[in-house]
Amino acid sequence: MAKAFSALLAGAFFGVGLALAGMVDPNKVINFMDITGNWDPSLMFVLGGAVIVTTIAYRFIFAQGKPLFEGDFQLPTMLKLEPKLLFGSSLFGVGWGLIGYCPGPALASVGLRPDEPIIVVVSMLAGMLLYRVVSK
Amino acid sequence: MENFTPYSSLAGGILIGISASLLMYLNGRIAGISGIVNGIMNTSSFKEKAWRLAFIVGLISGAFVYAYFFPSSVEPREHVTTGLLVAGGLIVGFGTAMGGGCTSGHGICGISRFSLRSITATMVFLLSGIITVYVVKQLVGA
Repeated sequence: MAKAFSALLAGAFFGVGLALAGMVDPNKVINFMDITGNWDPSLMFVLGGAVIVTTIAYRFIFAQGKPLFEGDFQLPTMLKLEPKLLFGSSLFGVGWGLIGYCPGPALASVGLRPDEPIIVVVSMLAGMLLYRVVSK
Repeated sequence: MENFTPYSSLAGGILIGISASLLMYLNGRIAGISGIVNGIMNTSSFKEKAWRLAFIVGLISGAFVYAYFFPSSVEPREHVTTGLLVAGGLIVGFGTAMGGGCTSGHGICGISRFSLRSITATMVFLLSGIITVYVVKQLVGA
């Protein structure tokens, strides 16, 4: 219960953050990637602000040895730069550039507009399932 | 650069950083949205599903409450058809599952852990996004 509640709280911070940052507007996201046109560098400030806070906080959190409601931190252990990482990330960039939605903003926008976000979210879930089928 | 919003975007980024820090401090988890969503479909454990769903509910509600107090509109995009949204969504889902993360998991949490994999992934999807937007603009003629 405590774990679900803390996830709810963290999710709410994330949702407010995305909306305040303007990341729920796909036009703004695409303008960030449009470096030769109408460039909008705002997303760098989103990423920068988030990374600065998280980098500092993680140092203190990891120094605690364990999280509050779990036995261990669950961190990725893989270190190799395998083709899957590079190919998957390039594909993701293509989809992101085509529609201006990455997973967080797509989900966060579901309650904001009736049209685009739900189509994107359902297709995204299908894409994740498709990968699971293909990779077996 | 007429739509540049450095202050609100920095403030939003700080809130996202607080979110990622909270999830690690309390639950010991990476706040990567694609991973959290993918995990709902990937696990049979009720507890695993529960916290992940709770995070998504929080995410959607947080944005909804913010937009309730500070409404904004999105300019319609003519070339973005339902077909393009479906194709883009499929590619985003497939690509993030294959690459093991998205803007939040690799871009924010990964870079904050100085993970070479995440730093590489972030550079790759940013570059590929920039190229895609460039190509689309040439095709659409915008």
